[in-house]
Amino acid sequence: MPQIKIPTPLREYTGNEAQVVVEGTTVGSALENLVEQHPDLQPHLFENGQLRQFVNIFIDDEDVRFLDGLDTEIDADDNLRIIPSIAGGAA
Amino acid sequence: MNVLLSKQLQAQIFEQMEATFPNEGGGFLLGDKDGDTTTITDVIAIENVFESEEQYHRYAMTPQDWMRLEDEADSRGLTLLGYYHSHPNSPAIPSEYDREHALPNFVYIITSVQNGKAVDMRVWRLRKDRSQFDAGVLNVE
Repeated sequence: MPQIKIPTPLREYTGNEAQVVVEGTTVGSALENLVEQHPDLQPHLFENGQLRQFVNIFIDDEDVRFLDGLDTEIDADDNLRIIPSIAGGAA
Repeated sequence: MNVLLSKQLQAQIFEQMEATFPNEGGGFLLGDKDGDTTTITDVIAIENVFESEEQYHRYAMTPQDWMRLEDEADSRGLTLLGYYHSHPNSPAIPSEYDREHALPNFVYIITSVQNGKAVDMRVWRLRKDRSQFDAGVLNVE
């Protein structure tokens, strides 16, 4: 089954697991399954039902925004990764 | 939240932030976490990739920077604890832009650089409900 690598600061919500095995045939369904397993992740990944703007999902080295987004189909041996956008700045 | 940072690493951050002035600079913080105490052992400067004309008040890294440093931390048995950046000619207080991009359980160190001189460093952590930052205690020894 596909796996998702969890960013370090969110591992508190997965029982300190860095990799979570999920069910799903698309990026979106895999993320839904992840949140079903670990509901405390939800507010940090989704906002108003949409993937938060500052959350990136990669399959290996490819950003799914440059594929089919959450509709991107995945295989059982795919490795997904959640990458937060790191940005900041003065007001 | 208590954050332990050596004088040497603080000086390293200040030197970088003064060198990038009047633009923002930043990087990752690696180290160890024990309960509510965080010990920073590595400070790793990362290039600011925000649009050049906006770098005076904006800082960003690439997703590849995150992958590289998180993998390095995991392989070395360290923790990717957080990141630091500067606020040129602005206080070391998180902005709304900082909050929108922030994650809980992550250490945010902000350095205020006034007229090219680093004058203040503060540490922050986002509340779990994402509503605001809380100040932490920074111990420089």
